Amino acid sequence: MPALITIAAAAIITYILRIGGLLLSDKLPRTGNVKTFMDTLPGTILISLVAPGIIAAGFWGLIAAFFTGLCAYKTGNVFMSMLIGIGIIILQRNFL
Amino acid sequence: MLKKFEIQDQIRDGFTANLPVAASVAAYGSVLGVLAIQKNVSWIELLLMNISIFAGSSQFVMVDMWQSKLPVIEITLAVLAINFRYLLIGASLRPIFRGTSLGHKFRMMHLVADENWAMTLAASRKGNVSSGYLFGGGLCILSAWCIGTISGHRLGAFVQNPEAFALDFAFIAVFTALTISLWRGKTDILPWITAVILAIISEKMLPGKWYIIVGGIGGALIPIFSKKKEK
Repeated sequence: MPALITIAAAAIITYILRIGGLLLSDKLPRTGNVKTFMDTLPGTILISLVAPGIIAAGFWGLIAAFFTGLCAYKTGNVFMSMLIGIGIIILQRNFL
Repeated sequence: MLKKFEIQDQIRDGFTANLPVAASVAAYGSVLGVLAIQKNVSWIELLLMNISIFAGSSQFVMVDMWQSKLPVIEITLAVLAINFRYLLIGASLRPIFRGTSLGHKFRMMHLVADENWAMTLAASRKGNVSSGYLFGGGLCILSAWCIGTISGHRLGAFVQNPEAFALDFAFIAVFTALTISLWRGKTDILPWITAVILAIISEKMLPGKWYIIVGGIGGALIPIFSKKKEK
């Protein structure tokens, strides 16, 4: 029983955050500073999510991320870009 | 009728787009499955977490804190802190849900993970993407997550050392590629640099995932301040 309560509490909290963010944003104005903020937000969240991981992966992490980003910029192909990054890290970890 | 087919197409497209990253999700799920055995979490409890919580890093922390006398309050607070970023993630989905009903929002928002969220926003920059794409991606990630965690629990981890196969880096690579697809041009330079600096510093200083919130909000505030300066 305590297990079920713990899981239910975590599930409810997480769902409230997900739906709450969307519903709150609906209440915000769609003009001016709020719009500027909301339009910039996706990029800044995503780059904040990934940046510490790249740094933690060290020098080769930076190299791999650079070529991943370059490929994504040139081709727009997410899958191929991901393979390039992973490929560089696999080569480095197993052969260097 | 036509509209229904469009939704099905979107769900299928979203599902397919998330398949590559789903492989990594499954491999990491198998690691959680093994951890769960050590903590005496049954596979049914694990499956229940997957379906009802559906948030990887918070599930890792939950399983890690699992013990015979469960600290319910502490676990709930930890989950709140780690998943707080979903408030921002949910808010950033506003354009995807424009014009949809409240019921539709309630049904679609449960299956939002970092992976399918980022994939959906990147796709929306290229063309018209609906919440069906997001939901399809969620179904894909959920399937991979369940397959990974449960087989890890029943059979052991897929791979003994995920690092040798760069599975840890797969997430970094895919999120890097998706970040680039969100690039809007010069206006993003200053906000993104600010976000990177704030995220790296706060990741060192704050627990959990707060760095995403600090970097995300801090970076997005920059264009407001620079606009004021111009005036």
